[in-house]
Amino acid sequence: MRRFTRRDVVVLGVLLGIPILLDIVIIWGPTLASIGLSFTSWDGVGDIHWVGGDNYKNMVENYPVFWPAVRHNILWLLFLGLIATPFGLFLAVLIDRGVRFSRFYQSTIYLPVVLSLAIVGFMAQLILGTDQGVINTILNNHDNPVDWLGDSHINLWMMMIAASWRHTGYVMILYLAGLKSVDPQLKEAAAIDGANERQTFFRVVFPTLRPVNVIVGVITVIEALRAFDIVYAVNKGRNGLELLSVLITDNIIGEASRIGFGSAIAVVLLTVSLGFIVTFLVQELRGARDR
Amino acid sequence: MTADIRASAPTRTVAASASSSTPHRPSRRGRFGVHIFLMAVSLAFLAPLLLAVYASLRPYEETAQHGYFSFPRHLSFAYYRRAYTESGMGKYFTNTLLIAVPGVLITLFLASFVAFAVSRLKLRGGLVLLMFFTAGNLLPQQVIVTPLYVLFNKIPLPWWMSDSQMMYDSYWAVIIVNIGFQLGFCVFVLANFMRTLPQEILEAAIVDGAGVWTQFWRITLPLCRPALAALGTLEFTWIYNDFLWALIFISNPDKLPITSSLNNLRGQFFTDYNLLAAGSVLVALPTILVFLLLQRHFIAGLTLGSTKG
Repeated sequence: MRRFTRRDVVVLGVLLGIPILLDIVIIWGPTLASIGLSFTSWDGVGDIHWVGGDNYKNMVENYPVFWPAVRHNILWLLFLGLIATPFGLFLAVLIDRGVRFSRFYQSTIYLPVVLSLAIVGFMAQLILGTDQGVINTILNNHDNPVDWLGDSHINLWMMMIAASWRHTGYVMILYLAGLKSVDPQLKEAAAIDGANERQTFFRVVFPTLRPVNVIVGVITVIEALRAFDIVYAVNKGRNGLELLSVLITDNIIGEASRIGFGSAIAVVLLTVSLGFIVTFLVQELRGARDR
Repeated sequence: MTADIRASAPTRTVAASASSSTPHRPSRRGRFGVHIFLMAVSLAFLAPLLLAVYASLRPYEETAQHGYFSFPRHLSFAYYRRAYTESGMGKYFTNTLLIAVPGVLITLFLASFVAFAVSRLKLRGGLVLLMFFTAGNLLPQQVIVTPLYVLFNKIPLPWWMSDSQMMYDSYWAVIIVNIGFQLGFCVFVLANFMRTLPQEILEAAIVDGAGVWTQFWRITLPLCRPALAALGTLEFTWIYNDFLWALIFISNPDKLPITSSLNNLRGQFFTDYNLLAAGSVLVALPTILVFLLLQRHFIAGLTLGSTKG
């Protein structure tokens, strides 16, 4: 039996063809091209010269901001993964227990997610600024204010807190959605078997959240690796706020226009991201097979 | 049939949250503690926003003298009018809409068809296709920036499509990048969602002789309304808030989206932060409104999306 008529094939061809083509042209083609460019010394205008692994060597050995940026990205990942994400899960569990005003709590905690990180960066200045910032006013540091955003030992932590402010709400909403779809009979059965609330959550509910856990995990990693807007809005990612994404942007669209070099940093970021993406997709593949 | 499915889903949700509190009803004191805690967290999350609003209502001289955290002496909306006119926000807001509206609609349309093909038609290679799109969405933006920049500088566009006569420095560039980049996430969510719809509906339609298009447009898509509403909200905020693509692919300052209009409020030597606060509140307003208006659909859509069949 033929499953599709000729008209069906045309519809499928066009409506699958356009998005596939778009994804190849916009995402996968440029990704491959970036890998290629990372082995050249291209400046964006002149000829393209092949330099082999020189960019990578220079990046690791002679680029003073590279390792700090790597360290900052790792710190960012640990901060989101160990503090912001578990906090979001905790809030979701509290709200899901059916407390009153849950709609209000849910909305206010989610609200930061809809703000542009450019605005979050500006609000950080309002709160953390040296002259009239709220925290320095509260601490009464008028004569000797703490430079929360300028001091390179502190500013990264402040930015991570600001980023978590948004990340927590996002994680919370995903977990809330996941928790609502957990079969209530599971919890009742656990309760009848004499499990207390903590046991019920960690042994019964949490394992069933696996699909959400996987999504949240990937989002956390990707957000940490992609972090850009907020530090760029605060001080263009300088003086203690270097991140890999900022270095790439600086090299590629900055005055230096060292496209080959910028691409090499991009490939490092890509390799790390792909590690997580592949793990995630393998999990998904297993999940789909079980279904 | 349609009504059946939509009616049954919310009841399940309600039942779930209602009964989750029955087996272990926390003591009254425990509940009180939870409320205090959640109230404190909510306030902490709202505080920066409230502070920005508060600062925007006060004159610069006052906060310069007493700090942002002090009693008000004069309150007025004067900064809002100034922020709106001095930043040229109206124009930038139009620019953003020109990018976001087609961006969201086309993304949702294309993604829902791909998701339909992957999850409903049992095509060979469907899973590979799903991964092809999902993985693309997860790549860091900076990885694809350079080649796209070069590419867009090489694609000519006719005068009536872009006054730069190139893909570069046109809305088309930003729209198409947003679509390409966001497709993956939407395909992923919609495919998960469609997997939860009963297969019998499609089988009945196929018996009646419905083609692929009818199965998609007339039968599957109407059932996806909650998921589409949730995704529409998310996508609108993401594209509205986008910062990087416009920064890279647009050079004419008159074409920049609204997120960059705030830069016009920063003076070269002196920045009036209260004015900037008013501007930020204005920029944030549309996404907050969209979220508040669609919030019920939003949560419902996400809830259904995460349910596995």
